[in-house]
Amino acid sequence: MEFTKKEKPLKEKPLPQQPLTLLVNGQTADLTAVSPTMTLLHYLHHSGRTGTKEGCGDGDCGACTVAVLCTGADGTLRYQAMNSCLIPVGAVAQREIVTVEGLTESFTAGLTDGPLHPVQAAMVKTGGSQCGYCTPGFIMSLFAAYYDGSVDDIAIEGNLCRCTGYLPIRRAATALMQEMAEAKPCDRFTQRLSLPSASPDPPPSLLQYLGPQEQFYRPTQIPQVLSLLQQHPNATLIAGGTDLGLDISHQRRPFPVLVSLEDVAELRQIHQTETAVEIGAAVPLSQIQSYSQTELPGVFPSLDEMLVWFAATQVRNRATLGGNIATGSPIGDLPPVLLSLDATLKITGMGDRLAPYRRTLPLADFFKGYRQTDLQPQELIELVSIPLGITPGAVRRYSQSYKIGKRGTDDISIVAAAFVIDVEASGRIVHARLAYGGVAAIPARAIAIESALMGQLWNFTTVQQIKPLLLAAFTPLSDLRGSARYRQKLVVNLFEKFFVETIEGLEN
Amino acid sequence: MSIGSRKPHESAVGHVTGSAVYTDEQRRPAQMLSVYPVTAPYAHARILSIDISAALALPGCVTVLTAADVPGCNNTGVIVNDEMLFPTETVSHWGQAVVWAVGTTELAARQAAEKVVVSYEPLEPVLTIEAAIATQSFHTCPQTICRGEPQLALRSAAHQLSGELAVNPQDHFYLETQTSWVIPDGEGHYQVYSSTQHPTETQTIVAQVLGLSRNQVVVTCLRMGGAFGGKESQANPYAAIAAIAAHKTGCPVRIKLNREQDMTLTGKRHGFLGRYEVGFTAEGKITALDADLYADGGWSLDLSPPVLLRAMLHIDNAYYIPHLAVQGHIARTHKVSNTAFRGFGGPQGMLVIEEIMDHMARSLHLPPEQVREQNFYHGTGETNTTHYGQEIVDNRLARVWAEAQTQANFAARKAAIAQFNRTHPYQKRGLALTPVKFGISFNKVCYNQAGALILIYADGSIQLNHGGTEMGQGLHTKMLQVAATTLGVKIHRFRIMHTSTDKVPNTSATAASSGSDLNGQAVKDACQTLQARLAPVAATLLGLNAPTEILPEEIVFADDWAYCRNNPDAQISFEQVIAAAYTSRISLSATGYYRTPNLTWDPVAGKGQPFYYFAYGAAVSEVAVDGFTGTFQLRQVDIVHDVGESLNPLVDRGQIEGAFVQGMGWLTMEELVWDEAGRLRTFAPSTYKIPTVSEIPENFEVHLLTRAAQEGVIYGSKAVGEPPFMLAMSVREAIREAIAAFGPPGTLVPLQSPATPEAILTAIEAVQAQSRCYETV
Repeated sequence: MEFTKKEKPLKEKPLPQQPLTLLVNGQTADLTAVSPTMTLLHYLHHSGRTGTKEGCGDGDCGACTVAVLCTGADGTLRYQAMNSCLIPVGAVAQREIVTVEGLTESFTAGLTDGPLHPVQAAMVKTGGSQCGYCTPGFIMSLFAAYYDGSVDDIAIEGNLCRCTGYLPIRRAATALMQEMAEAKPCDRFTQRLSLPSASPDPPPSLLQYLGPQEQFYRPTQIPQVLSLLQQHPNATLIAGGTDLGLDISHQRRPFPVLVSLEDVAELRQIHQTETAVEIGAAVPLSQIQSYSQTELPGVFPSLDEMLVWFAATQVRNRATLGGNIATGSPIGDLPPVLLSLDATLKITGMGDRLAPYRRTLPLADFFKGYRQTDLQPQELIELVSIPLGITPGAVRRYSQSYKIGKRGTDDISIVAAAFVIDVEASGRIVHARLAYGGVAAIPARAIAIESALMGQLWNFTTVQQIKPLLLAAFTPLSDLRGSARYRQKLVVNLFEKFFVETIEGLEN
Repeated sequence: MSIGSRKPHESAVGHVTGSAVYTDEQRRPAQMLSVYPVTAPYAHARILSIDISAALALPGCVTVLTAADVPGCNNTGVIVNDEMLFPTETVSHWGQAVVWAVGTTELAARQAAEKVVVSYEPLEPVLTIEAAIATQSFHTCPQTICRGEPQLALRSAAHQLSGELAVNPQDHFYLETQTSWVIPDGEGHYQVYSSTQHPTETQTIVAQVLGLSRNQVVVTCLRMGGAFGGKESQANPYAAIAAIAAHKTGCPVRIKLNREQDMTLTGKRHGFLGRYEVGFTAEGKITALDADLYADGGWSLDLSPPVLLRAMLHIDNAYYIPHLAVQGHIARTHKVSNTAFRGFGGPQGMLVIEEIMDHMARSLHLPPEQVREQNFYHGTGETNTTHYGQEIVDNRLARVWAEAQTQANFAARKAAIAQFNRTHPYQKRGLALTPVKFGISFNKVCYNQAGALILIYADGSIQLNHGGTEMGQGLHTKMLQVAATTLGVKIHRFRIMHTSTDKVPNTSATAASSGSDLNGQAVKDACQTLQARLAPVAATLLGLNAPTEILPEEIVFADDWAYCRNNPDAQISFEQVIAAAYTSRISLSATGYYRTPNLTWDPVAGKGQPFYYFAYGAAVSEVAVDGFTGTFQLRQVDIVHDVGESLNPLVDRGQIEGAFVQGMGWLTMEELVWDEAGRLRTFAPSTYKIPTVSEIPENFEVHLLTRAAQEGVIYGSKAVGEPPFMLAMSVREAIREAIAAFGPPGTLVPLQSPATPEAILTAIEAVQAQSRCYETV
């Protein structure tokens, strides 16, 4: 299959003629004849690598997990577990991945000659596989965690197993942690991680991947993104692809032009100013998690808490803050948190005369209706700015978030909530934010309640007085996740829970 | 690595390296085609017309299969012929496959399927058990099992209660969806590779739809990526579709449902409705029970009758009920045809009696575990005999119950939890202990048979075939252990062969937890046959005089060596014995066979000895429930379970832990939701939640009952696949205990199943409402 380049090259930079490849288990695979929107999982299967399994095609079961070599925030290389069913090959062209077949050194079909990798040996010994269909995914999650130095439940919470009840897999993880405490991993994979990134990560210049029916662009600068959007009115922006990837995985609609944001360095940075922390729209959530833990410990407890419950490791390694906002879902996990923190968006776009512009918009003004946002077709979210510090005059901030689903881990919320209460020395509330997901067509604040709380004492009586108002604040719908009545109860109860849990001496 | 060792799964290395091959991961033959269904947008509708012309015009579309393409019988029903493979007049559930497009690729087949135009006239669907009762929509006549005079006893009982419990259905969510390959040989025969628990039945159905005798069709199961009952009968239609496509096109054809199709098309664990009247003494001893069990059969009968029967036979669980009548009904609804799922009706029946036990206990202000214990089967004769007339010969309930309490430190923890609950208004903990007694054997007596085929090659290497399929449960591993132990050779001599109907014919499903019991005995039988042939050869090689007069049992085969019992120092290697046997023209292959003895069942009287024995277990679970949200956390689990003398403790522990967690998922989070038009709304893991590792407590202890050899079962072991599933009832009861702690003592706790956060919060509100009434009195 030959692909023809119909599009004019961008003016800014002549396009390099790069052969499109993927390094799989140390071997170079030629992607030239592969559609850029074929998922990595399907590509692996089509190329005869059937060890990686499909359990759902939704990024929910983890059977398709592979390890992708990535550069961490600190510039070091890491293996990151990702769901290959949600990644179009266009997104991983020129990158380096490890699949389950790559863990044993001399591998021939059906036979394993070389010794097993420690994570494999641990899983065999503890009886960590029964039917074996989910096992390659677990192996790859454990593998990535092994080289990250922490093999725990969090590493495997995005992998479903229907046979074992997870106990032997957890025993394997525990055994690995013991092994690692005795001797740090030292093998060809640690060697690889100590090398500079051989395959460009991200590539230094715009990568364009043109199939006969689909075009996939990976620009490296914001102006390139804007001009691609200008040139291709039918283009779709894709960041981590953990939402859009479902449509790609299930081939629900054609994607003639995909513009990926993952190589745009400006979108992948986190900055702190005097007054705010600015998170690039394409920063993966796992990176926000580690940044918040190391650079802003305890500053945003509601953000830290929500990120724990946001999907699972494989998704957090791909999903981005901008994506979670731009999809405009009423049940996105982070919008309530960001609303409660008065986050603002910096949006950039190209005007009528091809002049780039930027605008700033409070997040509260961004959501317009069900899956509708203020983002214009030729715009993108550049960054999310979260104010630092508490309200002037306040002496204490109470802040937390909650997510309630049928399953605690890796579920879509029935209701998510995030609260901020700032109190002055007298104990009176000087600032209140109550933000919810899952109770309206958009993530929404209970603004009337916030006003009613102003000037009140932050105590049990106030909370009891506000409850009837809160019960009537939203008119949620009933759906497969929960009834309208339950949602209404949660709107109230989560606020009371927040009060009880954040007031010392009342902790349950 | 013989009997009793912790040998890892025989495919473990294949699993962890990704080299274990599943049906759809085989190397694809040239010209292999794929199929894709055209599905019904209504739960119940008349089919007015089907237009496939636009589909046929698409490049890549090979053909579209309709009823006209079925050379044999257009039906895949396994008990009765009520399951149209291609519906011709009406569609009977939302998402039902009406016709199937065949394409050069799956995408081509899908694009063709999207071009097929079917017009319908929507009809009124029956979507719930209640609606089926109201419209008298049933598959079969009601069945009754009765002991004593329940109505009479109810009227004279000191206390009476009645109630109702809706038992929720459950999706199997095996990780590998339904899949089959059919390869025509060009001479009219078909090789089928299917992810099926029942190769013989898949063979039967494929032969039936193709109009062939069974010997023309070979069905092979490599291994399954999970099954849990979901591939007992429900693998058949997809193999049949691929077979019809292969028949029509002459090409190899593959089918693999995607997750959404799998959840939309295949049957679930039956949802049940249980209605009961119970009579009991002031001390909480049950004297009479009259219950109706309604199973949601779905659109066709499938395996519903035996599922219902097992529910009726397990409504006693561990309890002696002097007067008991249970009526069973199978509702016909316009939903998927519900099917086998680990426990096979047992869990549904048992959940009803556990609900009753709790209902009795709370109404009497007695501890639930006390009420449970004092109703146990005990002694001999009548008090140790089930309502269907089977005496429980080796009753181990008291043992597992006592040991579970000891292992869990039950009494002390119960006191500590009561103290915790007094001081924590917003969070309550609950501790519960529940028993399991589960009957082992297929209810249908003729299924309790199995075969094996062992082929020894002249170099001493061996192929082991048996009739059971491997779905992850470790059956092949156990069979290797049985064969190695019995034949007295090292396990690496064996290659376990894929399960195939051309090796062992007329097999039963690998189901009813019976895989190792039945196939293990057949394997042992084959090994013993071979040993009897090899003993004289070994005797000759050992230089014994008059070797033909040596009794076979005087020659010992162990660990790849043979020797005379009287002279263990003189040994001859197994390989030498085999080489000599070959040159002496001794047959080196043998079949083995087994049928379970002493089984009887009279379906009319509802009496007999349907079970060879019972498996027992008890579990203690502790939970913490959040009063604001209804969310709960499982804090600790302690299990004592009876697996007899374990063939493989690693495998058996894995079965117990896995079954428990699957049961916990069923009872707490796995909620299937249909809308008012009968459309399943939970057909993906984004909406249907099975447990993850994070729901599993750090403290999870499993103790295998010791000194537990089961007489008459393969090497003293016991069946383990299903019984521990029901141990998860302890989680539901622990949640109920915690909910109760939000109210005054003796508060009844109506709790829906599954106990989702919403259901729990609703229950908390109910007990708190009772509490307010209580305070105002």
